[in-house]
Amino acid sequence: MSEFIVPLWLTLKLSFWTTLILLIIGIPLSYYLAYTKHRINALLEAVISLPLVLPPTVLGFYLLLLFNKKGFLGYLWYKLFGKQLVFHFEGIVLASVIYSMPMMIHPLTAGFRSVPKNLIEASWTLGKSKLETLLRVILPNMKASILTGLVLSFAHTVGEFGVVLMVGGSIEGETKVVSIAIYDAVEKIDYSTAHMYAFILLSFSLFALLSLYILNRRWSIS
Amino acid sequence: MIRLEVKKRLHGTSGDFVLEVKLEVKEGDFLVVFGPSGSGKTTLLRMIAGLEKPDEGYIEVKGKVWFDSQKGINLPPQKRDVGFVFQDYALFPNMSVFENIAFGMKRKDKDKIMELLRMAGMEHLAHRNPTSLSGGQKQRVALLRALAREPSILLLDEPLSALDYQMAQVLREEIKNFHKNYGITTIMVSHNKEDAFKLANQVVYLLEGKVLAKGTPKEVLFSRKSSPKFSLSAILLEKTYTDVVCVLTLAIGSELVQVVVDKDTADDLSVGDTVLVSTKAFVPIVRKIHSPHLKT
Repeated sequence: MSEFIVPLWLTLKLSFWTTLILLIIGIPLSYYLAYTKHRINALLEAVISLPLVLPPTVLGFYLLLLFNKKGFLGYLWYKLFGKQLVFHFEGIVLASVIYSMPMMIHPLTAGFRSVPKNLIEASWTLGKSKLETLLRVILPNMKASILTGLVLSFAHTVGEFGVVLMVGGSIEGETKVVSIAIYDAVEKIDYSTAHMYAFILLSFSLFALLSLYILNRRWSIS
Repeated sequence: MIRLEVKKRLHGTSGDFVLEVKLEVKEGDFLVVFGPSGSGKTTLLRMIAGLEKPDEGYIEVKGKVWFDSQKGINLPPQKRDVGFVFQDYALFPNMSVFENIAFGMKRKDKDKIMELLRMAGMEHLAHRNPTSLSGGQKQRVALLRALAREPSILLLDEPLSALDYQMAQVLREEIKNFHKNYGITTIMVSHNKEDAFKLANQVVYLLEGKVLAKGTPKEVLFSRKSSPKFSLSAILLEKTYTDVVCVLTLAIGSELVQVVVDKDTADDLSVGDTVLVSTKAFVPIVRKIHSPHLKT
């Protein structure tokens, strides 16, 4: 039984860290994208959106090159922590952050743009700094977008397969997440395990999206 | 005392023009910047608040320089100590009425907030969410929020234009009373002559970025420059042709008026057009004295 739980636990851990990191980098990045007009922004948005259109294998392949011991990031990581990025949990977290980035950045950027400009200006004229305005006026007025970003990033990471497989392989307890465990089980013609994992993923995703839409609807009405 | 001289190129709906204003406002004055929309009034107010940057010039309030293009000084809005009231209220929907007012206070003072609310007759609404208030109540909260900061100057951007006529009347009186009680130097932007007439002790008439007239309300509002003739803009609702003339039904503000015009004039107009109704200072009256056509 515990063997059955391991991939589930790993998937949850992966999604949790990915979503947390995405939230932390997503807020300043989306703030920048929403409120500045530089030529570079178009390029930035295009790069962030790439995972939406690329096959996960393409992204995974490049990340593999970047993350392995001879790659720039992999080398740096190895020097710093004495551990490889590829075939390790940290590696798939980093890969997931890149892969799920549009799921966080798009709703947040839309959220920042949806906050009326005069609320922000009112806060400034009331003596509040940009940071205080962000924390007390802007973020509380885009709750629905933050929730959307969180749920989509989390669910998207739960459902990812190609990138994790390319970067992490299928190492028990380290990188073998549920989606990969299903693939493994089917390969071994162990349909009952595959069934259970698949059903859990399906119900979770449906539940996550359903609660998102219900909550968003409630917030948009009030 | 406020001294300012600013210049800024603006892109208006009817082409580019340069906003060029030089002003002095004395301590405790109530200045109304009056003029049609698109004349640069709001931009002027936003420049004082630091929400927009003049191309050149200076702004000095109570001896402190807020903006000086030559010395490269441009204080951000946070450091300017203004109270700004927006046309569409800009209340924070994530805070209660009480929290909205407390938000901008330099020293949080619960008693003062309650006193302000009491003066506006809104104590019982302190813990309501601003989204549940009427337009007039919202604008009152916005005004209290600006006043609670005890700012050096109060800037009002068309605060009454989103309200219906009666509500605007009531709130205009309240603004007047607040100004009397607190004596905060106030600059209000409005396209409404009634605001200028009832509230201001100084009026500036702004047209396409230039100050056309400056002085007391009476000097400015009844001068030939700002009001060349008696004229009102109206919307044509209906045309009714009779034998020789046509009767137009017009909406002037919220009033309905019927005006008689000749058929040629009526033919040029269609329902929904905006028209200008004007009259000369006197209308000649024609009365028959003598007729050569003798009745038989």
